[in-house]
Amino acid sequence: MTATVKYDEVEAGQEIPAAEYRVRRVNLVMYAGASGDFNPIHWNERFAKAVGLPDVIAHGMYTMAQGGRFVTDWAGDPAAVVDYGVRFSSMVVVPDDDEGTTITVSGVVEEKLGDKRVVVGLTARADDAKVLSRARAVVQLA
Amino acid sequence: MALNRDFVGRTYASSAPYEVSRVKIREFAAAIGDANPIYRDKEAARAAGHPDVVAPPTFPIVFSLQGGSEALVDPDLGLNIAMVVHGEQRFEYHRPVHAGDELVTSATITEIRSAGRNELMTIRSEVTTVSGEPVCTTYNTIVERGGAA
Repeated sequence: MTATVKYDEVEAGQEIPAAEYRVRRVNLVMYAGASGDFNPIHWNERFAKAVGLPDVIAHGMYTMAQGGRFVTDWAGDPAAVVDYGVRFSSMVVVPDDDEGTTITVSGVVEEKLGDKRVVVGLTARADDAKVLSRARAVVQLA
Repeated sequence: MALNRDFVGRTYASSAPYEVSRVKIREFAAAIGDANPIYRDKEAARAAGHPDVVAPPTFPIVFSLQGGSEALVDPDLGLNIAMVVHGEQRFEYHRPVHAGDELVTSATITEIRSAGRNELMTIRSEVTTVSGEPVCTTYNTIVERGGAA
């Protein structure tokens, strides 16, 4: 269980190229089932609007999972992530159409820690809004 | 309605161990759209040095709130579940979660506060194996929209 990225080859300030993740209603239905979070705001438009939301919104954890995927794809090993936290700063509204919406994640190596660990800062956007803030992962590099 | 501050400091243990299965990890990986073979293929996971398929980093959300959810539905807390959205989430991993783990969770309400019109509540969950090996610590902050208004 080793990351494929080498600590010595990474510099603070280094950017990790952005990736796009498409999210449609079906993804939220799958996520509800897999996670056990059946809150109707994530699949029932009538309910979402009745509680004052613009439409069905993605589970915050679905968005966080896309950020996690971004980091594990970069690091090369899911087990290399030793700490991962986010704040959900804006909702990801998912319309009932074939297009859905897109979550764009990018990252930067913010800091090199000791013990071959680095802090990766993440930016996640959907519909021009920043949907995660204070999103950071500590990754154990090779 | 404001949340009942008396709940701060209360701890809830999971009622039964959560058994991490390959099937559940694969289902979760499919739901987040992640095709990494380490989440699906035992041999790929073993080749990467893991005892069995590994769970994605956010997988502990599946079971880490088991204990805490008991508090959320307690009428004395005064939480309107319909108005709840997720505020913050953090996972501190002591080691990766993999298939075959039997995990227990102890969830403690660490903070309840108002922020503008909203009520915020933070739950810290300590996840260990049934034999007490630390696996991860999770921090979950939920927001009750309009709860403090």
